[in-house]
Amino acid sequence: MRRYNNRLGIRGWIYAGNYGLERYLYFLHRISGLGLIFYLLLHIGVTSARIYGGAAWEQTMSLLSGPAFKLGEYVLMAGAIFHAANGLRLIITELGMCIGTPGRQEYPYVSSVRKQRRLMIVVMIIIAVLLLISGVDFFIL
Amino acid sequence: MANFRIQRYDPEKDSRPYFQTYEVPVEQGMSILDCLFYIKERLDATLSFRASCRMGICGSCAMYINGLPRLACETQATSLATDTIEVRPLPNYEIIKDLVVDLSPLFEKHQRVRPWIIPYELEELDRPTKEYVQSPAELEKYLQFAYCLKCGLCLAACPTMATDNEFIGPQALAQAFRYNSDTRDGGDAERIAVVDTLHGLWRCHMAGACAEVCPKGVDPALAIQLMKREAVFGKKKERARLVDPRCGVTPLPGIPKAPEPTVKRSEGKR
Repeated sequence: MRRYNNRLGIRGWIYAGNYGLERYLYFLHRISGLGLIFYLLLHIGVTSARIYGGAAWEQTMSLLSGPAFKLGEYVLMAGAIFHAANGLRLIITELGMCIGTPGRQEYPYVSSVRKQRRLMIVVMIIIAVLLLISGVDFFIL
Repeated sequence: MANFRIQRYDPEKDSRPYFQTYEVPVEQGMSILDCLFYIKERLDATLSFRASCRMGICGSCAMYINGLPRLACETQATSLATDTIEVRPLPNYEIIKDLVVDLSPLFEKHQRVRPWIIPYELEELDRPTKEYVQSPAELEKYLQFAYCLKCGLCLAACPTMATDNEFIGPQALAQAFRYNSDTRDGGDAERIAVVDTLHGLWRCHMAGACAEVCPKGVDPALAIQLMKREAVFGKKKERARLVDPRCGVTPLPGIPKAPEPTVKRSEGKR
């Protein structure tokens, strides 16, 4: 009998329903991680221009000095801040901290995700503050 | 009146699913399952869905209702606070027909983690001479996870399941933790060999969707993170004591014979 495959695929990372913020942070964490790896490869490629001499290096650097590059650098900074701070939250929760302990459940159930939500909010505030400070540093100062 | 927008799919006729809308006179107290029965009995008998107990115990009526995987019997239609209710089959499974999905991957993964008590002394399992003593505190270390219905909602919610077919999944991982936390059990090593793998424990990144949708408060996310903690820091397993029963036990010579069936079986049928 024919079956219809209902697997969500990558769109299931992005949106799959009315879940809490943590499920969307899962997607952002993956994307920011992949972005950082991509940047690392790009960075190695760009800085290796130095082996072709000073002129090649100067030419590469002049390519990377426009306003679009500055915005790109800020996005990279934002990705690194998010990935680092959210990663710390994940390390804390994945080591069994701030998520509660097993026990007798009574309705309405309070899940481990709800229990770590305060930590998540604190981490998101820290990320927002760091993004603001780095934004001021990048574009105003 | 509420408009039920239901995803339909007949493998013999349709190449892909489509939506069909029905009008249901929703009243206070009607669950989504009641509404589906109304449609099946009065509007369209061809609609297929799975249901049994109607009271959140069997886990058969798991569906994707208005943006979340839920049990149809435990979801009150009026609680959704909308006139348009969309019902789809659970994501991340294969659709057999309409709202019926194939849950075999769930059961196969559940079985893979050996969800039964593997005692320290096999002889004690076959020929018990003593009783296990388990304190209420020891019971509460796993009791929450023992309420799993095998409804499959958590696998439908999990973002890792959306792309990784081989991921053992929150249900089975929670059951591995449930039995590993049981003081009567000595099968940790066997289960860890299954879950501490590439598509096991470490594929969970605490999206928490499984814990959000679990209708019984089993909280697979909690079990998985606690199991990761044990994998990193190690675990000191407490063992249930075996004590002599107060009234004494006469070990049975073998497995007792099953009683005669009270209903006669018809010829040729099992």
